[in-house]
Amino acid sequence: MTPVVELDGVRRTYRGPPPVEAVRDATLRVDEGDYVAVVGPSGSGKSTLLSVIGCLDRPTSGRYRLTGIDVGDLSDGELAALRGRRVGFVFQAFHLLQHRSALENVEVGLLYNRTPRKRRRWMAREALERVGLGHRLEFPPRHLSGGEQQRVAIARAIAPRPSLLLCDEPTGNLDSKTSEAILGLFDELQADGLTLMVVTHDPQVSRHAHRVVEIVDGIVSEAS
Amino acid sequence: MRSRRRDGSVGRSRLWLRDLVSEATAGLLARPSRTALTVLGTVLGISALVATLGLARTAGSQIVGQFDALQATSVTVENRTEGFFGSGPQISRIPWDAEARLVRLNGVVAAGTITRVDTGGELVRSVPINDPLGQSEFAVDVYAASPGLFDAIGATLTTGRFFDDGHDTRRDPVAVLGPGAARRLNITRVDQQPAIFVGDTTLVVVGIIDDVRREPVLLDAVVIPEGTARRLFGLTAPAKVAIRTELGAARLIGGQAAVALAPNEPAELRVVVPPEPRAVQEAVESDVNTLFLVLGAVALLVGAIGIANVTLVSVLERVGEIGLRRAVGAARRHIAAQFLAESAAMGLIGGIVGASLGVLVVVAVSATQQWTPVLDLRVPLAAPLVGAVIGLVAGLYPSWRAASLEPVDALRGGA
Repeated sequence: MTPVVELDGVRRTYRGPPPVEAVRDATLRVDEGDYVAVVGPSGSGKSTLLSVIGCLDRPTSGRYRLTGIDVGDLSDGELAALRGRRVGFVFQAFHLLQHRSALENVEVGLLYNRTPRKRRRWMAREALERVGLGHRLEFPPRHLSGGEQQRVAIARAIAPRPSLLLCDEPTGNLDSKTSEAILGLFDELQADGLTLMVVTHDPQVSRHAHRVVEIVDGIVSEAS
Repeated sequence: MRSRRRDGSVGRSRLWLRDLVSEATAGLLARPSRTALTVLGTVLGISALVATLGLARTAGSQIVGQFDALQATSVTVENRTEGFFGSGPQISRIPWDAEARLVRLNGVVAAGTITRVDTGGELVRSVPINDPLGQSEFAVDVYAASPGLFDAIGATLTTGRFFDDGHDTRRDPVAVLGPGAARRLNITRVDQQPAIFVGDTTLVVVGIIDDVRREPVLLDAVVIPEGTARRLFGLTAPAKVAIRTELGAARLIGGQAAVALAPNEPAELRVVVPPEPRAVQEAVESDVNTLFLVLGAVALLVGAIGIANVTLVSVLERVGEIGLRRAVGAARRHIAAQFLAESAAMGLIGGIVGASLGVLVVVAVSATQQWTPVLDLRVPLAAPLVGAVIGLVAGLYPSWRAASLEPVDALRGGA
């Protein structure tokens, strides 16, 4: 079976001065249905690794395949199309459009990947129901709690049915009780067969993951 | 389809036009008051442009309308050889009954002769004594006129009356004064039958002219009946005929007048029919248009800068949104398209509202001036298009900035 994520000697170097090697020679394989936590101190290269895996950034060298597709061959536009279809992002800061309803926010996740308008609405509704917000469809983000806002963001990420859900400190802005509920949702999604990678420095989060990958000074290693 | 598909799975992102429109609309409506204020600049520019173009056209038509009414009805007939010394020994082809001959023509409203009278250099005074302390004698021109002249030149009275056929036939020593002459002779009322003296000749003033629409020389002259001039000053023949015609009949009458006056030698008479007013109209329009167009263009430029400015601010504020859209699959061109659509929409709205306001201004001003509003229909129809193009151009730089953001930086930059 094709792995979802396949990093092979991936490096990401920021041109200086001074040049920074944020990710060094990373090799990692994530299979379908995996639940991987990426941990490490701040500044260790977690976010860079996430950007590369999420196709927001390209490796400086090495090879990265997402669901078997080598991103090194892709143009800028194709890379955008790839992440629009295969990767769902959940950010610490939610990144919701404040003036749009929850439903519209989720629809934005489907806007650019050739989903017809009517089907977008239907898929967005389904995703919101999946995260338990079927009763908040028309609410703007400012009328939602932090946990609910993050649920909208998760619905937006899973609505296109991506191959990989990438979460960058998803509970960083939430209290522990709300965090636990969100993590419970992740568990459910994983049980449904979704592949998850969660970048965190919160042990509460990494406890839920099945695998923990540690990154220190740009060097990726599997923790047992 | 230009995209390289690998494994049949990587295509290109796309954004349907309808979605682009609704995203841009939502973007504008998110900050309605800001959008409204931004649009205001374009509204002012476009409405200034439409209003000034419309008013220039309208005002131009009104000015020409006045010229038309006066010019299209004015015909003058003179002797071809006359003109160097006013009246003189030369032979005039204009008969004494010129007025009677002309008013018989169909299309003539009024006609009258006017001839400068040679008084032999006599000065005019209003009191029969010599006042050593002040000037009491003036060099005032004396003109002989047939009674119909006053109507033909559109003369109006301040006080008194014009002389009539009776005065003319009886050769009464009466006079009508131009307002300038009346002021110099210090005559303001005629109910006491004031007398003036041309040399030793006594004339009774029966009326004072207020204004004339033609022959302005009469404003500063003493006007006496033609018959009186023949008796008292030996006038030999009329020098000039002024004709007022029906509207549109000037050219026709111009062709007939010479024959009516001098059937044997019509070529000896010079008939002056005023030129077509077209050239005047165009001159007025182009002058006014240039000035106002420049003003409108300046206003529009200011409006465009406003849109560019606000769109740029909007881009900087929405860095996070840009990052998110890139993360969910938007290509650079989609980001650029969205901001271009927003700025073009602002220009379009400005154009529509501005054109409406401009037309309202034209109508309102015309209503207060009792003008007929005249507006080239293409102007208000093109205005929204102009607005949209201006918005589009104004949005070029901001949307380029938005599109060139790297998704990673954008996501980190905005919350």
